[in-house]
Formats: sequence, C-alpha cells, structure tokens
Amino acid sequence: MFDNPELIKLVFGRLTLESFPLHEPILVATFIVVALGGIALVGALTYFRLWGYLWREWFTTVDHKRIGIMYMVLGIVMLLRGFADAIMIRLQQAMAFNGSEGYLNAHHFDQVFTAHGVIMIFFVAMPLVTGLMNFVVPLQIGARDVSFPFLNNFSFWMTAAGAVLVMMSLFVGEFAKTGWLAYPPLSGIGYSPDAGMDYYIWALQIAGIGTLLSGVNLLATIVKMRAPGMTMMKLPIFTWTALCTNVLIVAAFPVLTAVLALLTLDRYVGTNFFTNDFGGNPMMYVNLIWIWGHPEVYILILPAFGIFSEVTSTFASKRLFGYTSMVYATIVITILAYLVWLHHFFTMGSGASVNSFFGITTMIISIPTGAKIFNWLFTMYRGRIRFELPMMWTIAFMLTFIIGGMTGVLLAVPPADFVLHNSLFLVAHFHNVIIGGVLFGLFAGIYYWFPKAFGFRLDPFWGKMSFWFWVVGFYFAFMPLYILGLMGVTRRLRTFEDPSLQIWFVIAGFGAFLVALGILSFLIQIFVSIRNREALRDLTGDPWDGRTLEWSTASPPPAYNFAFTPVIHDLDSWYDMKKRGYKRPESGFRAIHMPSNTGTGVILAVISIIFGFAMIWYIWWLAAIAAVALLAVSIGHTFNYKRDFHISADDVVLTENARTDLLAAGVKS
Amino acid sequence: MSKGTATVSATADAPVFYLKDEHDHAEGGSTMFGFWIYLMSDCLIFAVLFATYGVLGGNYAAGPAPKDLFDLPLVAINTSMLLFSSITYGFAMLAMAKGKVGATQGWLALTGLFGAAFICIELYEFAHMIHEGATPQRSAFLSSFFTLVGTHGLHVTIGLIWLVTLMVQVARYGLIQANMRRLMCLSMFWHFLDVIWIGVFTFVYLMGMLR
Repeated sequence: MFDNPELIKLVFGRLTLESFPLHEPILVATFIVVALGGIALVGALTYFRLWGYLWREWFTTVDHKRIGIMYMVLGIVMLLRGFADAIMIRLQQAMAFNGSEGYLNAHHFDQVFTAHGVIMIFFVAMPLVTGLMNFVVPLQIGARDVSFPFLNNFSFWMTAAGAVLVMMSLFVGEFAKTGWLAYPPLSGIGYSPDAGMDYYIWALQIAGIGTLLSGVNLLATIVKMRAPGMTMMKLPIFTWTALCTNVLIVAAFPVLTAVLALLTLDRYVGTNFFTNDFGGNPMMYVNLIWIWGHPEVYILILPAFGIFSEVTSTFASKRLFGYTSMVYATIVITILAYLVWLHHFFTMGSGASVNSFFGITTMIISIPTGAKIFNWLFTMYRGRIRFELPMMWTIAFMLTFIIGGMTGVLLAVPPADFVLHNSLFLVAHFHNVIIGGVLFGLFAGIYYWFPKAFGFRLDPFWGKMSFWFWVVGFYFAFMPLYILGLMGVTRRLRTFEDPSLQIWFVIAGFGAFLVALGILSFLIQIFVSIRNREALRDLTGDPWDGRTLEWSTASPPPAYNFAFTPVIHDLDSWYDMKKRGYKRPESGFRAIHMPSNTGTGVILAVISIIFGFAMIWYIWWLAAIAAVALLAVSIGHTFNYKRDFHISADDVVLTENARTDLLAAGVKS
Repeated sequence: MSKGTATVSATADAPVFYLKDEHDHAEGGSTMFGFWIYLMSDCLIFAVLFATYGVLGGNYAAGPAPKDLFDLPLVAINTSMLLFSSITYGFAMLAMAKGKVGATQGWLALTGLFGAAFICIELYEFAHMIHEGATPQRSAFLSSFFTLVGTHGLHVTIGLIWLVTLMVQVARYGLIQANMRRLMCLSMFWHFLDVIWIGVFTFVYLMGMLR
C-alpha cells in the first residue's frame, strides 16, 4: 500500500510524515512536555477513578453553573497557551537587534503572533466572558437554568472543539501565518497554500457555532426567564450588559461565519470573492470581517463594564449611581458598535467623507463610555469602600482604561490614523483596552463570584501578588509600545535595524516577565486557596454583603438554584430583601422540574473535530463520513423526548436543611 | 406579585419574596422566541451574501452576464414551486391546529414535494449554467451568484430533511406538544426561506435582467 502514492493520498489527504514538525526542536520539546503532562493527567484521572464522575457530573451536564465553570477552566488553560505565545514574541523582539536573527525563524514567528491573537480573543476572552455570563445571569434573574440547557452544553463543547483544533495545529502541521484576522489575498490559497490557514478557518467556524448558539440561548433566557416582578429596569446591571452583549453576538457572529465561509470557498473551490483577479475584491473581506470584529470588542468589554458596576456598587455599599444612564449608555454602545467598523482601515482610501463619518461615530462612543466612568466614580463618592480584590481590579481598570480610551480617540482621527495605522501604537492601544478593560474585568469577576461558585474565597495574599504583578507588568509591557509606535515602528516585525530601539523592547519584555509572575501567582493562589478552603469557607452564601439575587442562595448554589422562585420588588433585590426582613423559607418544599444530562453535545463536538481535521488535511472520505455522522446524531437526538426529571421534594428538603445548618453554624462562629 | 415598586408602606403589608405555589412551566416556553432569534441571525448570513452580491455582482471579468444566463420563465416556475410549498405548509398548520394527523401529514408531504421540485429545478439550472462554462470560478459575479442562490438551496434541502424527520416523528408519536412546537419552528423556517427567495428573485434575477 505504501508504494502507491495515489492510494496514500486518497487515505491520508495531504497529511504526510513531513506534516509533523519533528525538525523543530522548540515544538518537539513542547510536545514532550504537553504529552507528559497529558499522560500524567489521564493517569491521575484513571488512578483516582474520576472519569465516570467527570462524565456524569461535568461533561454531560446541562447545569448552567457547571457549564460556566467549564468555560472558565477552558479560558484559563488557553490563557497559558496564549501567554506563552506572547512571551515568545517579546523575547524574540527584545533579542533580534544588531544583526541577530533572534531565536525564531520567520515561518515560526508569524505563526506565533497569529496564534497569540486568535487564542486570546476566541479561546481566552470569549470563553471567560461566556462562562461568567452563563454562571451569573440565571442566578441574577432568579431562574433555575437557561432557556435551552442542552444547547448550552453543546455550545460549550463546540467552543472547546475549536480550541482543540488550534492546539492540534501546534503538533500536526502548522498554524496560520497571516495575523489574527487573516486578510486575503495573503490568506488565499495562492499565498497560504498550507494547512495552517485551514486550521484557522475550521477552528473559528466550529467555535463560532458554539458562540452564536450560546448567544441565542442567553438572550432568550434574559428575555423570557426573569423572576416575577423583575421588569427590564430592575434587571441587575451585569445582566443588562450580558443582554446587550448577546444581542451583539447574535447580530455579529453570523457575519464572521459568512465571511469565513466565503474565504473557505475561495480556498477550496476556487471561487473569486477575495482574489485579485476575475473580479474579486480583497477589501470586501476586510470590511466584512470588521463588521463582525468591531462589535466583537464590545461583546468582550460590555460584560466587563457590568462586572465593574456590580463590584463598585457592592464594595462601596451603595446603590449604583445612575442606573438608568448606565443602561442607556450600554444600549448606545451596542448600537454604535455597528457604525464604526471602517475605523480599522481608514487607509483603505474610501475618501474624506466616509472616513470622517466613521471617525466621528468612533469619537461619539467615548461619550457613553465616559458617562459610565463618571457613574462608577459617583458610586464610590462618599461610599464606604472595601478594598477587596475585585475592587482593586476595578480601580486599576478605571485608571488604565482611561489611557486606552484616550489613545483610542487619538486613533479615531483619520489623519492621525494614517500615521499610526499598523504601528505598535495601535498594538499598545488595543492591549491597553483589552487587558486594562476586559481582562481586569474578568479578574474582578472571578474574584467576586468565585466564592459563589465554590463556597470559599480566593486567598487574598496571592491575589494581591497577582494583582500588582499584572498591573505593574502591564504598564512596563505596553507603555514602551506606545513610544515605539509614535516613533514609527510597525507591528509584527521579527528583526530590527535600529539599535536605539532595543531598550524599549527590553523594557516591554521585562513587563511580560512581570505578567508571567502575575499569572504564576494566580495559579499559586488557586492552589493555596483550595488547600486552605476550610479557613476561607463562606457559610452565608453572601460573603461580600451583596445586592443581587445570586447572593440569596447557597454557595455553591444547589442544582436548582432557588428552592422557591423569588419575587422582585426593587432594583437591588437581595439588598431590598435583607433590608425588609426577608426570612428564608425552611419548609414546604416541592419537587422541582429540571432538565436531564445528555452526552450528545460531547459526541457532536468530537465528530466536529474529526470533520474539521479531515477538511484541513483534504481527507475527503473522512469528512463525508463525519458530516453524515453529524447529521445522524443530531437527528437521533431529536427522537429523545424524555429530557427532564423532577428533583424530589425529599431531596430539596435535604439540601435546604443542610443549608439551614450551615447558616446556623455561620451565625455561631 | 403585582405589588410593584411603589409599596412605600412595605413594612405594613409584608411583601411576598418568593412564590409558594408554583406551576410547572410548560417545557419549551421560549423555543419560539429562541428560534426566531436564530432565524434573524441566519437572516444576517443572507444579508452578507446579498451585500457581497451587491458589491461583486457586476464584476463579470469578461465572462457571461445575467442576461446571457438567466432563464426567467424557468425561475418563475421555480419561484411558484416555493410559494406553493409555503401555502401547503400553511394548510398543514391549520390541520395541525385541528388535531388532524392524516391531513397534517398529507399537506406536509405535498410541501415536501414542492420543495423537492424547487431543488431539482435549481440543480438543473446550475448544471445548465456550469455546462455553458458559467462556473462559480469564472468570475466574482458567478461566485457570489452561486453562493447566494446555493446557500438558499442548501437551507431548503436542510428544511426537507427536517420535514421528513418531523413526519416520521408525527407518525410515531402523534401530534403531541413537542411535535407541534417543532412543526411551528419548521413553519417559521420555511416561510423565512420564502421571504429570502423573494429577495433573491427580485435582486438577482429580475434586476439582473435589467442590467
């Protein structure tokens, strides 16, 4: 069989032994580490007999809280990968002066910066944001689960499947070398004939299905499943931002799906959408991908704004200042998100009037955002601020994000943008808003809701270590990039001619090193907190003296969230309940209707990985089988009509009595 | 429950903070709404394809133009197939509302036949064009034409598979609540594809002939 190249090609497509990067020492070493880690993990799971537990309780779960936690784990694991790429870029750029080529060849360096961008946006920021929304939103609106619990599980596994494909590209073949948005014609078949670009396409398409469906799901949940009395203007502010984010997801991700599908056709079928000949137009791709891409950054930042609002109000022990203006600011940002996409490529040459339109809409966005900043400041004003970790991240955010916002307004001026386009100034700007805004927000959210999810707080000492390393490291890493950008240094350069620039790259590298210590401290913190969980235990379910419904239930909440559906009278409903002498019901429990677990989501995701892999390597027979299998499993799933069960009243009584005992213990101690 | 915000004298009448007596919520209470949102997102995919056709549709690259290719009478027949299928689906829903399994199945089958006829005519049209050398690779106009019309055709095909699946499920389990909900979803999907087709017929075929 091995003498027949035609047959081998039929069976393996374009996958050959050369596809495995055995000649790249960095990759081989990485593979060995990953393989050893993987074997250790699998061995430990087998040794402690955890597979059954994981499968029954986690992988097949339809519980929004557990799915949320799985999203968070995925995001944090991928953060390690994305950050490894970041530090490789920083090291290369700090080294490659005075004729030195650095340690990465161009082939490798291009993949590293592409993978860094793709992973950080799609597989770190998105899962972390979606995870928090999944966990928090149903609790905040007094619901028992999301509208479509199975779809939620499926969405998570599709996102994870995309992440698996990206990780596979590290060891089987290569990743795209095009930059994170893969502009054609570079990403076309002519200039990127290898599998890397196809990994990019299929990973994003598969993960995109998950994101879109989870957007539909959360949107329906917020609109349809609110507890009685919770009118739209009594919606907790985080849920409001989640609502707007999911509107953006539903209205933006189809554009990404469509534009990537067109690029796929160009690459696989030979159509001429984005080619330079036969009437194709590459700028069409750039327009379309930014019609998705700009809303995408608001998809990420709006929930972060929601987190900061919750945190500020809770830790200042005051009602949020200007709730209504906050809601309308969020809505205005949601709408404006669709009217600014062209500012990413003023240099396209669309003319003065078009450019000034998009420049002005971009500057207008700073108005609702500024309103939000003032609202947070006025919430803090004369409040009794408790400087717990979530509040520290919030203050770091306010200081950092304002810098990022102002450089954003600079970039919104088209003539200035012609100078700064594609420079490190831009790179510094978007890291400034994404790290200083989204990531700081996610950390604030993680510290804020961690006790709710697991029943104990995270260790404050290591949390503060992580905080200071991150914040100081951020300034060291990105302020030099502003300076370099103003001096005209463009992004994605592998080597440099001018030795006077080196010092700035060394400082930026030092900043990345500090951030690495911040990530390390975060991991140590989780480890230490798990070890000291008894000392850090939260018995009340309300460790921060919270104001919204999620703090009214146990930590961690029972599977059904609320034994009785809460009734809402006021905006800060839990604060209102505490103030007006709410007594927790201790009897009269009933059976609760809940959705059943299912393994279909995992199965569909695994088949999707196989399908994606087969398409990437042109293994057509496998792709066809996988496509048919996807259809068959999906249809088969619809023949299962028994998708729910009742948690018996006795079980509810047991769970609630345990909570009563815990609360009593908490009062005694 | 309707005791709203304005209970200033809240201490006087002890507020209700939770529902003691709760009815089981009907399963799938937000399915229609969720499916509607999904349809709107699907609509955006078509919006992108329409926009692409709008931008690239005049780029013939010295190849054939709409006038050389489109056979309007054929497309008119095809359009009527799809429109008839929407009417018959409407009758299926009326029969469903009256609880008549046989009539529902009959109308669904007729809908499927019209849908299949639509797909067959479309495939014939495509084959004819490709045979004449007007392949999707020939020009950006043809790339965007085949993709827009083909994506609609793909949706109809998926609708047909869904239709058959639902007919099997109705035959097996009858017009139970879950099946009626699914038929309603497919109904929205089917009519949505009709609306999209009207856009395709107008913008691609009719206006193409005017170019």
